[in-house]
Amino acid sequence: MSGELTRRSAAELAELIASGQVSAVDVAQAHLDRIAAVDGEVRAFLHVDAETTLAQARAVDERRAAGERLGPLAGVPIAHKDVFTTADMPTTAGSRILQGWRPPYDATITARLRAAGLVIIGKTNMDEFAMGSSTENSAYGPTRNPWDTSRIPGGSSGGSSAAVAAYEAPLATGTDTGGSIRQPAAVTGIVGVKPTYGGSSRYGLIAFASSLDTPGPFARNVLDAALLHEAFSGHDPMDSTSIDRPVPPVVEAARRGDVAGLRVGVVRELGGEGYQPGVLARFNDSVELLESLGAKVVEVSCPHFGYALPAYYLIAPSECSSNLARFDAMRYGLRVGDDGTRSAEEVMALTRAEGFGPEVKRRIMLGTYALSSGYYDAYYGKAQQVRTLITRDFDAAFEQVDVLVSPTTPTTAFPIGDRVDDPMAMYLADLATIPANLAGNAAISVPCGLSDDGLPVGLQIMAPTLADDRVYRVGAAVERALEDRWGGPLLAKAPELAEADR
Amino acid sequence: MSNERAAGGAAPGAASTGSAITRDEVAHLARLSRLALGEDELGHFAAQLDEIISAVARVQQVAAQDIPPTSHALPITNVFRPDEVRPSLAPEQALAEAPAAEEQRFRVPRILGEEA
Repeated sequence: MSGELTRRSAAELAELIASGQVSAVDVAQAHLDRIAAVDGEVRAFLHVDAETTLAQARAVDERRAAGERLGPLAGVPIAHKDVFTTADMPTTAGSRILQGWRPPYDATITARLRAAGLVIIGKTNMDEFAMGSSTENSAYGPTRNPWDTSRIPGGSSGGSSAAVAAYEAPLATGTDTGGSIRQPAAVTGIVGVKPTYGGSSRYGLIAFASSLDTPGPFARNVLDAALLHEAFSGHDPMDSTSIDRPVPPVVEAARRGDVAGLRVGVVRELGGEGYQPGVLARFNDSVELLESLGAKVVEVSCPHFGYALPAYYLIAPSECSSNLARFDAMRYGLRVGDDGTRSAEEVMALTRAEGFGPEVKRRIMLGTYALSSGYYDAYYGKAQQVRTLITRDFDAAFEQVDVLVSPTTPTTAFPIGDRVDDPMAMYLADLATIPANLAGNAAISVPCGLSDDGLPVGLQIMAPTLADDRVYRVGAAVERALEDRWGGPLLAKAPELAEADR
Repeated sequence: MSNERAAGGAAPGAASTGSAITRDEVAHLARLSRLALGEDELGHFAAQLDEIISAVARVQQVAAQDIPPTSHALPITNVFRPDEVRPSLAPEQALAEAPAAEEQRFRVPRILGEEA
């Protein structure tokens, strides 16, 4: 039973718990056992605390026993990205500068998970401060892709994607600044969603690029992702950029899952050169599938998308250079070289040099460069204009079609170590995901098959701002049709991980 | 952190022609960024930043003189709340993770120069 529980969907687990067929404690224990068995190999988690986990589960069981009506995800375990503050667990953002830090408060997303009765089973590994596409920039070592443990699980939310793909948790949180949910979901064969910017709260999310950072869900199927999306979204007075509007009906859309009569645009600029042939082949199959399901498919041009990547790698580093100035060795976190003679400024510079990894240093300096007087107009200013043009491209496209589609990533999961000292090669992993971050609209990645190398490929579906329900509707239709064809989810094709002796 | 000009000599226009970012410029950026980098790191970062800056300079190819800049995906307005007293962190909570604390305050290294 214990092994079987880890294969269930979040919706099924919640139903089993609500109907009393299993306890939340049993479900939590099954997942803790799975983590003990495979995480030595996968390394998805930075922190797992069995006692805290079981105490949360016990509380759900007690609420049920007291006759309380539980929410649709009560008792379900969730892996929580280590970028969200948790008052009862360390929060490091994958950085040495925050090693062992215990935040004095919960992020809004954390608080909403708790309110929904979700059981936070641990904190997941990530690229330091969410800067990266592979988790190799974590100060605590890389996470491995459950499909092939010599390969990357994507990033920056790679611990979360690997945990879900390895059946260590049915759900996980992530943050998507340039593709950090969709890209890891694509390369591990699961579902990942970037909601509309402002639809999910940033309060208590350790900031990387504030105009882009967007929390979102990971799951093994579209409905589970929608249930989690609904559980943690909605207006938050603690976040000044939070949208004060109702959450789009994502669960209803995921249940509906049809595309008949829907207009689908294939983005001409997101394909072709630089994309792996096996990725393009699966993408083309998906487009044919959408047509066979009754969608009207047309090709759409977004002429400025080719400038999204360079614009992003000016805007995001600029914002990060400002956001990360808070790590000054004075109030919390690491302090190095305070020998009684050095000045605060010297201690600050020594601490930041030792506490930050190479990618964070690169981006801080790149942002400082782009914001310097004399360079500002040529770099940051131009990038902001490109951002306007990309938003206009989306607006024009969404006048013709209801959703846009593309491959989520140019390639499947690459080997660990391949791009680690070649920043530009690493940045290319975000080629297709960045436009939606710059414009702020909703996007999903759903599994759409295996490439020639036997590794998973993701289909990206993009919808206008606040039309998040549309990406779930189309994603669920694709998922249902493909699972009918395959006789089960794509993840069932992944090789079994060896379970270590407990 | 101040946005002083990153490089002493180079004219802004030089950047658009893809001119190299020098080791000295990286040293200056590191100072502005409060990063005490070692000699070996400076050379390594100079080569990488040069490659990245040359690549992102492509944004300058877009003719966009009359295009307004976008700083944010959604229109933003100021958000206000009533000015009311609300609970806040207790001093011991706020100081719990401080590298050094003294008399309910954050203890920091000297903030003035030695000659001061």
